[in-house]
Amino acid sequence: MLDSAFLDAFRLIATVNADLYEILWLSVQVSITALLVSVVLGFPLGTTLAISDFRGKNLCTTVLNALMGLPPVVVGLLVYLALSRSGPFGVLELLYTPTAMVIAQVVLITPIIAALTYQVIDDLHQEYRELFLSLDIHLAKAIIAYLWDARYSLITTVLAGFGRAISEVGAVMIVGGNIDHLTRVMTTAIALETSKGELAIALALGVVLLTLALLVNGLVTAVRTRARRYGYN
Amino acid sequence: MDSSQPFEHVHADMVTTKASTTNQSETPCIRTRSLGLTIRGLTLLNDISIQVTTPGITMILGPNGAGKSLLIKCLHGLITPTRGRFEIGLHQGVDLIPQAMVFQKPVLLRRSVIDNLQFSDRHSHQREALELALEAVRLLEKKDQPATQLSGGEQQRLSLARALITQPKLLFLDEPTASLDPASVLIIEQLINQASHEGVKSVFISHDIGQAKRLASDVIFLNRGQVTEHTDAATFFTNPQSREAKAYLNGEIVL
Repeated sequence: MLDSAFLDAFRLIATVNADLYEILWLSVQVSITALLVSVVLGFPLGTTLAISDFRGKNLCTTVLNALMGLPPVVVGLLVYLALSRSGPFGVLELLYTPTAMVIAQVVLITPIIAALTYQVIDDLHQEYRELFLSLDIHLAKAIIAYLWDARYSLITTVLAGFGRAISEVGAVMIVGGNIDHLTRVMTTAIALETSKGELAIALALGVVLLTLALLVNGLVTAVRTRARRYGYN
Repeated sequence: MDSSQPFEHVHADMVTTKASTTNQSETPCIRTRSLGLTIRGLTLLNDISIQVTTPGITMILGPNGAGKSLLIKCLHGLITPTRGRFEIGLHQGVDLIPQAMVFQKPVLLRRSVIDNLQFSDRHSHQREALELALEAVRLLEKKDQPATQLSGGEQQRLSLARALITQPKLLFLDEPTASLDPASVLIIEQLINQASHEGVKSVFISHDIGQAKRLASDVIFLNRGQVTEHTDAATFFTNPQSREAKAYLNGEIVL
């Protein structure tokens, strides 16, 4: 049975099964949109935290680091409550839409992007602080320099965020509802098809997801190797 | 000013004040009054009162831990002193003095050699001018290489070029030739001498007595956070007055 399930899975992939690729396409769309929003929020947040000095900074970084480990189902529940009809944003009618899934993923990924950005920029800030003071570099130029000089580490951060987003299941299941042709993504589809005993589709999606994970990790390795080669790590 | 008064906390740019108009030279003048720095109960600089008005290169000598680097970081505005005050200014009425500093350990951006130079260039020099600056430090052929891959001597030469491209009137140098090969030392000394002839005042920290003799116009000797001697170079090297300076020049361990 398992052998035939594997064969069917590869057949689905090889024959470019429309349902399978629809799910894949939606997964990538949701995750990349969430990632872009998280980068727009997380880069400035992490950078500002790293280069500014204020009372309570340690508390902020502790909270940010703690938020990296947010349980997806709890995030899903909170976003669900916020978007449900009786919630504060119920009027927007976003629940069970891809937008709701993007919002849930943004809540999950932004702390990861921000915390990793903070760590990278903080290290660089310790190194550059006196130089920038000495050269009288203004804040905007300093921030651009930090982001540019940390580019290889930040690319790794973005890829880590994408990996987290594409493989997340709990939150998108709750706020997306796993509706066929609307909010079904790879992870929720795998959970559903497995529970139905439709192992071929589940396995096909699993293979695609693993391939994506491998590709992301390959990219991380390539970026690190390039950074090392130029002495920019 | 009463030396017991707390330090008037001001930004590095703001401490750069107009000095007396009695001297008509364009040499930057550095005056400190009872300057002190205490961190976590530890007094690192104590009651430093100096007046540097001569052109050329002022050498700061003293054993490790004497407070040499802390003193120039205070003067350059990187550290705020906890006591006393200081003034840096030109005699002929320019309020702000362009300053630059070369650190003991070169800090280079993660980009190419020429991009490092361009980053610090406030005057938007043409690329040809940047290349000339690299030529002066013998780095033109490496202009497109990642700066972090240069050797120690090359990195320090680039740091000096980066400081000079800002066209400073006052240049602080924190052991810029420590652990460098003789060729790099020679290039750096030549450039600092040349800058000095062009009117750049340099304040130079070194542990190399031979180098101090070659370059210094006057010497400030620091020990345990205090200035024990400030005199012209000829006097310092032939007839040092303080016991600590004598011991230091004789190669004895100064505690």
